[in-house]
Amino acid sequence: MLDQADFLQLDDVTKRYGGVAALNKLCFRARRGSIHAILGENGAGKSTLMKILAGVVRADSGTVRLAGEPLDLRRPADALANGIACIFQELSIVPDLSAAENICLADPPRSRLGLIDRRAERRAARAVLAEIGCADGLDVRTSCADLPLSKRQLVEIAKAVVRRPRVLILDEATSALTAEDAAKVMALLRRLREEGTCVLFISHRMHEVDSLADTCSVFRNGEHVATFSAGSKSHDEIVRLMIGRPIAQIYPPKPARPPAAPAYLAIADLGWPPALTQVSLAVRPGEIVGLGGLDGQGQRELLLALAGVLRGVGGTARFGTQAALPASPRAAKRRPFRTALIPEDRKTEGLFLGLSIRDNIAMAALDGLARGGIVDSAAERALVDRLIATLQIMAPDADAPVGTLSGGNQQKVVLAKWLAIEPRLLLLMDPTRGIDVGTKQEIYRLFRELAASGVAILLYSTDYDELIGLCDQVLVMYGGRVAARLEGQDLTEENLLAAALNLRPAPPAARPASLTEAVA
Amino acid sequence: MSIALHRNARMLAARALLIVLLAGFLAIHPRGVSTGVLTAWSNQGVALAFVAVGQTIVVLSRGIDLSIGAIMALTNCTASVLVQGSPAEVAFGVAAVILCGAACGAANGLIVVKARIQPIVATLATGAVFSGLALLVQPTPGGSVDETLSDLLTGDIAGVPASLLLLAGLVGLVWGPVRAARLGRGMLAVGSAEGAAYMSGLPIDRAKIAAYVLAGVFAAFGGLFLGFQTLSGDPAIGGSYTLNSVAAVVLGGTSLMGGAGSVAGTIAGALILRTIGSLMFFAGVNPMAQPLLEGAVLLAAVALGAIRLLKIRNRLEMFR
Repeated sequence: MLDQADFLQLDDVTKRYGGVAALNKLCFRARRGSIHAILGENGAGKSTLMKILAGVVRADSGTVRLAGEPLDLRRPADALANGIACIFQELSIVPDLSAAENICLADPPRSRLGLIDRRAERRAARAVLAEIGCADGLDVRTSCADLPLSKRQLVEIAKAVVRRPRVLILDEATSALTAEDAAKVMALLRRLREEGTCVLFISHRMHEVDSLADTCSVFRNGEHVATFSAGSKSHDEIVRLMIGRPIAQIYPPKPARPPAAPAYLAIADLGWPPALTQVSLAVRPGEIVGLGGLDGQGQRELLLALAGVLRGVGGTARFGTQAALPASPRAAKRRPFRTALIPEDRKTEGLFLGLSIRDNIAMAALDGLARGGIVDSAAERALVDRLIATLQIMAPDADAPVGTLSGGNQQKVVLAKWLAIEPRLLLLMDPTRGIDVGTKQEIYRLFRELAASGVAILLYSTDYDELIGLCDQVLVMYGGRVAARLEGQDLTEENLLAAALNLRPAPPAARPASLTEAVA
Repeated sequence: MSIALHRNARMLAARALLIVLLAGFLAIHPRGVSTGVLTAWSNQGVALAFVAVGQTIVVLSRGIDLSIGAIMALTNCTASVLVQGSPAEVAFGVAAVILCGAACGAANGLIVVKARIQPIVATLATGAVFSGLALLVQPTPGGSVDETLSDLLTGDIAGVPASLLLLAGLVGLVWGPVRAARLGRGMLAVGSAEGAAYMSGLPIDRAKIAAYVLAGVFAAFGGLFLGFQTLSGDPAIGGSYTLNSVAAVVLGGTSLMGGAGSVAGTIAGALILRTIGSLMFFAGVNPMAQPLLEGAVLLAAVALGAIRLLKIRNRLEMFR
């Protein structure tokens, strides 16, 4: 009888990229019927481990055994055939196929003639979504291109679960979900554990790890540092294991009192039906204002409207002395708006993955770097080098393609690109999603320094800790409206959650007195 | 219902345009609505429709086949040599011609997949090769094709053009089952998001090669039908068919980015292109102006498809 503890067994697994070892003689064990959290900073080797198990990359050496059998994982198809299913942060969804077709993609139900039985396929898809508890509000016939990100992520999860895997791997799979759906997915994972599945999951959200995992393993620099049962170590101890040094304070201190300057951004009764209704707010230079609430309550649309992306926005707005909304992102980045939007999806909207780090950073500021249409390469070099140093971007060479960087460093490149235009207003859409703790800390400090230098910051985050720790005040959105405004002592997780769920009637968001006259 | 309408809007628009053009054509035709007129009209369009269906299958898998006209020319010339004689010889000839098309498609697919050469470059090169082979088979237009079969396939069956029945039958028999099987699903998946298809463990190489093979088979159907129509083989017809097949794909609402579209739309697109020509002929338009007007219709039809962009309120969606 096989020892339960060695259900999944990795020995001496090594993977090198160029000269750098992503995994160095890694040894790792995971049990059946267990939810096993893998913790570590970006670059610790977590993602590489997942990719090897998923058949995306091949290990240079070492063995992987599942239930005692050695596995040869050359392709994702091999992993799937051995009962290993992965849910990746980057979606493996085919946009032009329907939700049902995606869920059953690898092994659709077939009639006796070998043709796909579309009715059985829809039934199977509905059944697995019902099992997760998320069948409502998701028509399985809808093509995935027409689904919002959070629903696509649900499809992605259903697609893995429908295969009844022996090993289920989740890489930040809940970060795109609404809080409600995330809770359902967690309940599902617990049920799968009861059925004997070995669940491995990567998450940067400690409260998720606390509530879900029974076992934790910490990775550091491609090596396995420790495995312990969940709850046996404090967060401080875990963080120390991850980075090898204590983090004194992840969030920089907030200034004691709000700055006195008049608002740089002031909007009143902004509307974009049906996503936004009568949104009013003001952001002063030096202030970090958070947008909270459940996912999909209009936060994204609000930031897109302010960056000039949306057409047909109603209401009034003032940027500095300019009483208008920018007509386009190109107008937004120039005088008089000087507004930068850090987009949600850095791979498609933030970065040019095939271009160099240098080209990426200079891209938004090219107008200022060009003389008579020709880019001044000396000025460009100086600008890029300065920003790489300021943001401590870890890159061997500024001419390397930006796609070769780790997620945290890629996000720093996006930030650098927009800091290059010296914005007065910074709009941030979930800027630390999927980024390791160390880089997060650096980015928080950077935001606070930018604010201190007079930049107005409006930040949407799905992470409550971040809203509480970083922001001077938080506007909680619900159904396209600002449902509550929290600051100081009131800015607590309990209040945020209550406002996000619209549980208690919060007083209507108080309009700053200066706003009405400023807009008028 | 609304989902189906939304997904098929372009295809339905192509069908509506075809109906309008056909009605106009029949209205000005001196002989009016008759079996003979409809049969002649159908015969004009079916060869292109076959080739364009083949092109659609490749485009759906996010490829493009610039050799498809050359495959058609090669199979057309092969037909003019082999499809004659006793019924058994004719049957063998038809099978050989289809096999020839499949082999050309397989060569394209293998080069694109195994040598990892971009489809546009790979098929540009193989197209030249296939054209050269066609010239070796039949240096000048000529040869002969079995007349009994020709009369049957270019005539009418109970008042319905036989060529239309042939088109519907072959598309239904060949593409229908593939579309409903995992193979066809795999082609769409590869065309829509190749990375996602790979991560889902689908056999992506097989799907791509199969798409090119099917394109070769449909090009052979086109070459064969052209042979029945003209009773000869012509090595020089390839170029115009390649470009018109792409035009028909676009007119029919299939995205050149892959993943979304339909064979039914493409058939409407091919028939539209041919109907414009006939319409202008009977309207007494200078034949020299024909390419100009065809181009204008193509632009107008594609512009109709872009109206969607005017309604977009979130401009990020334009890039998706």
